[in-house]
Amino acid sequence: MTAITTNTVPRRDVDPAAPKKRKKNDSRAALGFLTPSAVGMTVFILLPTILAIATSFFNWPTFGEISFAGLDNYRNLFAPGSQFTAALINTVVFTLLIVPINLVLTLSTAFWVASSRFSRLYRVLFFLPVVTPTVATAVIWKLIYQPNGIVDSTMNSLFGIHLPNLLGDSSTALIAVVVVIIWQGFGYNMLIFSAAIDQLPQDIIDASKLDGAHGLTQLLRIKIPLLTPAIFFATTVTMISAFQLFSEPFVMTAGGPGTSTVTVVMNVYQTAFQDGELGAAAAPAIILFVLILIVTLIQWIGQKKWVHYD
Amino acid sequence: MTSKQIQARTTRQQALHGAEAAGKAKGGFRPLKLGSEVLLGIVVLLFLFPIIFTFFSALKPNGEIFAQPPSLIGSEIRWQNFVEVFNYTPFFRFIFNGLVVSLAGTIIVVAVSSLAAYSFGILKWRGRDKFMLLYLATMMIPQEVLVIPMFLLMQKLGWINTWQALILPWAFGAFGVFLLRQFFINIPYELVEASRVDGCSQWRTFTRIILPLAKPSLAVLGVWTFITFWNSFLWPLIVVNDVNELGNVSLGLQTFFGEHGNSWNLVMAASVIAILPTLILVIILQKHLVKGIATVGLAGR
Repeated sequence: MTAITTNTVPRRDVDPAAPKKRKKNDSRAALGFLTPSAVGMTVFILLPTILAIATSFFNWPTFGEISFAGLDNYRNLFAPGSQFTAALINTVVFTLLIVPINLVLTLSTAFWVASSRFSRLYRVLFFLPVVTPTVATAVIWKLIYQPNGIVDSTMNSLFGIHLPNLLGDSSTALIAVVVVIIWQGFGYNMLIFSAAIDQLPQDIIDASKLDGAHGLTQLLRIKIPLLTPAIFFATTVTMISAFQLFSEPFVMTAGGPGTSTVTVVMNVYQTAFQDGELGAAAAPAIILFVLILIVTLIQWIGQKKWVHYD
Repeated sequence: MTSKQIQARTTRQQALHGAEAAGKAKGGFRPLKLGSEVLLGIVVLLFLFPIIFTFFSALKPNGEIFAQPPSLIGSEIRWQNFVEVFNYTPFFRFIFNGLVVSLAGTIIVVAVSSLAAYSFGILKWRGRDKFMLLYLATMMIPQEVLVIPMFLLMQKLGWINTWQALILPWAFGAFGVFLLRQFFINIPYELVEASRVDGCSQWRTFTRIILPLAKPSLAVLGVWTFITFWNSFLWPLIVVNDVNELGNVSLGLQTFFGEHGNSWNLVMAASVIAILPTLILVIILQKHLVKGIATVGLAGR
């Protein structure tokens, strides 16, 4: 997301016409215009962030005595029998499945849709699941996955085989959830890619055609490299949202069967608001935060190797 | 680009496209193109199947949800499924609650963000870009990290189970500020300067010059914010105790599902009620929304 700052070098700062006196006046106005946002951000984002870090070092029940716990909350996360380890592994597996599948499918579909006569309509249609409430999505797919449900009975009447209980079997539950997540997020990335494809500089494409680049060569050598900024953006956003997975598995499987679809955020929610242990719940939240920071940082550093900005 | 260059460029493009069209006519591209179009249509239909399926299932008698072999239409079209849903659970109330929270949240977000964006995108002051970077950094903090301290804050303020707890905590993110700033920095500074020279105050410049110019981007931010509020689930789940009083559609649907999980036809009717408002909103405002997402994505350049 920070990629954005690269183009923000304000051309106005080099504008020699701007007199010095204006600058002074502006800073008073700037303070005025910024105050509502800055106050809100301090109260509702910065303070809570500090409080979250602090909470994770305390034994902090919803009701009752608060006491300092040192690193206990963190240590307990990795104790044998803790649900967190499973949640962390699941979350990483979810992310590793969702990100590449989503990107490959959405990018190729975006190219396909761009070639269609109905591309505008299709973009909106693919976008519909994105704005559908996740709870509704989860409930709908739960019915689709039921034994004797539409997937199962279609398979049965076509091939005469019965599927296992897709959400109730620990070997298939995670994949079943992944399919739903891909379906739900599909339109967002496709739209990002579609917009980027629309804006591909026609002169470069034409020049490459004159140089004899067609079809696959043109796609791989010219178009994809030109799309790398959009791919970078989509990868980062998809990855961050995959790390934050909660609603779909919460409604569809409640983390089960066993712990096969528990995610870190679900772990946070259950520890805090079902077990009433706020301190113990803050620790996995902080770990998730650090994990997201590290991954984004790696992405951000790594982008220089593969992202082409013009 | 001069007009001559543009002309040269378009002629070259025309020549190229002409050549392409000729190639198509000769090389028999047409059936391939038609095949691809048909196949894509099928893919789109399959993709939309879960939504289509929901609408049809919502109209079936409950005994036929798992009928073998599967069929979309049951033995009768039961519109009364919807009546029953509204009888069991106050879905109108959920829709109303969602509207109140989403509208209030959207107004605050758009107002606060446009003010801040004027500061970051138009005004000049020392440390501006560093401050913007700080703002951007807060976008990395996931909501999930904030829910616990936010819950404590709500407890301290006595805001548990209140409207303001649903509206205020998530109305001050950097996303809107950043989105609008990206539009604002492209407004020619001469416009601002001219208005200032004419004796307009900063406030007047903001309301009379900048906001009218920024209408499309304000619409984009507004629609996107509305949908985000409308679809929120984790936070209402935490901060609302009385679902019937303050619950939104997501919370209502989850509660309904918990209570009537076996009446799949009613659950699907409730799902239709839950997805219809945003579905309609997107279809009406598709242009703005599509453009907005595209801009956000392209800003990544």
